[in-house]
Amino acid sequence: MNTAAIETQENYLNAGYGLKSWLLTKDHKRIAILYLITVTIFFFIGGIFASLIRIELLTPQGDLVSSETYNKLFTMHGIAMIFFFLIPSIPATLGNFFLPMMIGARDLAFPRINLLSWYLLVIGGAFALFAMLAGGVDTGWTFYTPYSTTYSNSWVIATALGIFVSGFSSILTGLNFIVTVHRMRAPGMTWFRMPLFVWANYATAVIQVLGTPVVAVTLVLVFCERVFHIGIFDPNLGGDPVLFQHMFWFYSHPAVYIMVLPAMGVISEIISVFSRKPIFGYHFVAFSSMAIAVIGFLVWGHHLFVSTQSVYAGLVFSFLSYFVAIPSAVKVFNWTATLYKGSISFATPMLYAFGFIGLFTIGGLTGLFVASLGFDVHVTDTYFVVAHFHYVMVGGTIMAFLGGLHYWWPKMTGRMYPENWAKLSAAIIFVGFNLTFFPQFILGYMGMPRRYHVYPDEFQVLHVLSTAGASILAIGYLFPMFYFMWSLRYGEVAGANPWGATGLEWKTPSPPPVHNFDEIPVVTHEAYDYSTVVGEGVEVG
Amino acid sequence: MKIPLFPESASNFAPDVDHLLYYLVAVSVFFTVLIFASIFYFAIRYRRRSDNELPKPIHASLVLEIAWSVIPFGLTMVMFAWGANIFFKESRPPKDAMQIYVVAKQWMWKLQHMEGQREINELHIPVGRPVKLTMTSEDAIHSFFVPAFRTKQDVVPGRYSTTWFTATKPGKYHLFCAEYCGTKHSGMTGWIYAMEPQDYQAWLSGGRSFGSLAENGEKLFQDLACGNCHKADGSGRCPSLVGLYGRSVQLADGRFVNADEAYLRESILQPNAKIVAGYQPLMPTFQGQVTEEGVLELIEYIKSLAPPPAGAGTTPAEINVNPGVATAAPSNR
Amino acid sequence: MAEQAHAPVETLALREQFDTAEQQKESSTFGMWVFLITEVMFFGGMFLAYTVYRNTYPVVFGMASTSLNAVIGALNTAVLLCSSFTMVMAVRAAQLGRRKALIWFLVLTLFLGLVFLGVKAYEWNQKFVEHHIPGAHFYFEGAAEQGPAQLFFSLYFAMTGLHALHMVVGAGILSWLLYHAARGRFTAEYMTPVDIAGLYWHFVDIIWIFLFPLLYLIDRHMR
Repeated sequence: MNTAAIETQENYLNAGYGLKSWLLTKDHKRIAILYLITVTIFFFIGGIFASLIRIELLTPQGDLVSSETYNKLFTMHGIAMIFFFLIPSIPATLGNFFLPMMIGARDLAFPRINLLSWYLLVIGGAFALFAMLAGGVDTGWTFYTPYSTTYSNSWVIATALGIFVSGFSSILTGLNFIVTVHRMRAPGMTWFRMPLFVWANYATAVIQVLGTPVVAVTLVLVFCERVFHIGIFDPNLGGDPVLFQHMFWFYSHPAVYIMVLPAMGVISEIISVFSRKPIFGYHFVAFSSMAIAVIGFLVWGHHLFVSTQSVYAGLVFSFLSYFVAIPSAVKVFNWTATLYKGSISFATPMLYAFGFIGLFTIGGLTGLFVASLGFDVHVTDTYFVVAHFHYVMVGGTIMAFLGGLHYWWPKMTGRMYPENWAKLSAAIIFVGFNLTFFPQFILGYMGMPRRYHVYPDEFQVLHVLSTAGASILAIGYLFPMFYFMWSLRYGEVAGANPWGATGLEWKTPSPPPVHNFDEIPVVTHEAYDYSTVVGEGVEVG
Repeated sequence: MKIPLFPESASNFAPDVDHLLYYLVAVSVFFTVLIFASIFYFAIRYRRRSDNELPKPIHASLVLEIAWSVIPFGLTMVMFAWGANIFFKESRPPKDAMQIYVVAKQWMWKLQHMEGQREINELHIPVGRPVKLTMTSEDAIHSFFVPAFRTKQDVVPGRYSTTWFTATKPGKYHLFCAEYCGTKHSGMTGWIYAMEPQDYQAWLSGGRSFGSLAENGEKLFQDLACGNCHKADGSGRCPSLVGLYGRSVQLADGRFVNADEAYLRESILQPNAKIVAGYQPLMPTFQGQVTEEGVLELIEYIKSLAPPPAGAGTTPAEINVNPGVATAAPSNR
Repeated sequence: MAEQAHAPVETLALREQFDTAEQQKESSTFGMWVFLITEVMFFGGMFLAYTVYRNTYPVVFGMASTSLNAVIGALNTAVLLCSSFTMVMAVRAAQLGRRKALIWFLVLTLFLGLVFLGVKAYEWNQKFVEHHIPGAHFYFEGAAEQGPAQLFFSLYFAMTGLHALHMVVGAGILSWLLYHAARGRFTAEYMTPVDIAGLYWHFVDIIWIFLFPLLYLIDRHMR
């Protein structure tokens, strides 16, 4: 297929130009692209804050920025990355684009609500950005009371409002996905023929719908406390500051599964395609997504082990936290088993998938460390926890996001990315990531606390290693920005199915037409049945 | 250049926690190596050699699924039990532990020994003796973290939290605030000085003489005219406080509560939260009139109000003050 | 802009992402149920805070609750229950394609909803007069420490305020329905918006059914 043919063939990208056709679109694919641009912007904002943090931590003294500024940097890094990048990332970009196509639907159940979701994210982001520019917020992304309600002199309310509004973006996306999966599957697309990416996003949607409202009402109470001094979290007025922690973490723990479940869905897709085999233990992987979603709501108290929560509550939460680890382990074993006697390709998406499995394994295992009560007493609120969650969020989710972007790029844009640059970037990211975060495990066990602007001299060497890694990681992230943009104009034209994948999305042209399918397909095969694909003349990437 | 990579081990808990670490690391290394090696091996052994390869689909194995669910679960239950055991011990300070009071505020630690010594951002303790810290905050939530002891406990305004440890090695150990509390959170650090017992005695005797906590509490008790209502013989409008600490108290609603430090603090700051059976809610609140340190001093004074020994003819108006509670340290007068 | 001529022209009852009108109706209804579940979680957070503090300060909460006017609260409860009834009648009228009846019942429901809000406004004004609004001028006679009493009233205003906000949104939705019902948009074949608005209205009613006893009836005794 030549360039000229691509430009004349109608698809969702060229069916209408102009700002209005994008800003008032009902097409889930265009909304996905809008989201992609938005979350990428917030990723780089969060990344800038991270860079400043790591540069400051090169030396034990606070010589780059003042304490107030430093406190704002780590707060805003967390807020930008969690609420405006990680939580929307995979579901609202890749999920929005591909969930309907994977089940053979023309769009989500509620396209206008989908567009509203994007506007809510943008509006929420605008509030948060305003707060950042007007002076910043310094409470930590966790907003613990009574510091955030009584003592902080920063833009708490504007930020809380931004997060509150963006929370509704998340809720509506979840609602949309749930109804779509239940009601809009094509004929023959039974639950157990759905791709695992759909299962993962469905489980995520359940969490979004049940958990996010709780953090919303928690933020409302923080607002009331700050403005009206009602006393709900103020011990001087009879309130309980630890109640905030319970309410906050009731959402924020399941939130981490919002961040990782879709990533696991991406990995299932990639491992299958690039081994050319169905995922080993499909049912177990599907059910483990649901198990993680459910059990994930029962473990929030493991963030409160030293908070003056009762010993007995601590025991229960620690015990249950080990339960939630098992389904994740099951997935890792099943992915690895899928490789056995497969036909393994080392295309970039697969490299990211390997990276994910390795780094998520380490991150997940260190979760077992912190779930152990006596151990957590020592390492909670230290860099050990920081390392743990960056391993799963960055080594996990972001690697999966990049893997998914590379995997589905040809379908979304009709172009291939440059494979060699992509492989190089993946390698740089992998090395940079480990150098940044592995030393932090050691720092944490040694006692280096979180959110520290200055630190004792003996921690410096490890901090220097970490910052060196961060510079490498930053470079690694910049490369895809450039070559993805480059590929839009100069990348090799991609066909309908360059990877030889199964899945209904690969049966459409690249980029897909506005309505996805000329005729709704009737599904007769299991998911991941490669006998239907091999021999079709696999397009070379 | 010596790069420290492991914290000092200076308390009774440290070896326990370190051994748990080794177990956790061992299990993690095992599974990490297993997964990495499997991926590496499979990826190379089964690499795609021609474009039209179609591997045989292998769908599932119930045996494998059960095995790799149950075995990891068993390993994690060890992690749970081991950690829970340490945590349980950490929550039960020995009865004869030496008492230290801690008041945290932005951005400093104020510590008080029973004998009256006050320290700021430093704590001198003897090696080999259990030390129990009773802590509260004046403002935001802080956290008392001593990496060398492997202990940490949040310090929350409006309530008391406790932590305890026995130092096992003399030395100087970092004290960090481990709960973000504002601008100078990372400056809210200090030192724990663990000393040989005789050095500790010497330290105790040296320096300024403070009144003991209980003596200061008695003075505060008089300044605030508590004795007008709380008469020692029980003839006043409010209950006698003699022998109160540690006793079970019946409330007006029929419940029984233990008169511990938290109860005493609440009684001073929120007196109408619990009314003693047979009495009226007459007591005004002293919130705003008494600092957290003042509350601790009053508590120590009340603890010292032991009932007079049976048979002794003490007049009701006299109260024998016993400075401190069961310490071997000499009085500082 | 050539549209792919694969599906019939989009109508209200059958939008282009759906295959059948049945599918659309089921999806819309299911979507509203999912939304109501999120609302349960949202109010749930407030109910949790209420439960925690009522458990901590049972006596003060009892006193503060008794100071509310339970007669007016009960009256408002009756008003809302009636409005749910008229809403059911509106849905039924829509199902039967009876436009005039639909309009009448929607008007009645809206009217009753506004009555509820009016009574609420009166109650809140009473609270202002009695100095029971949390803040600088708060004073609750009968409690030595004001903190717990203020907590009760804070929760009272937060919960009834959130509820009232939902009522206002509901009133807006009813107005929108009225406008379109008057223009003949709803028929027996297509009345989904009326149906799911009914679900929303009933939900807001049920929230009040929980709020009323929890806020107004603690420690009340028949004389």
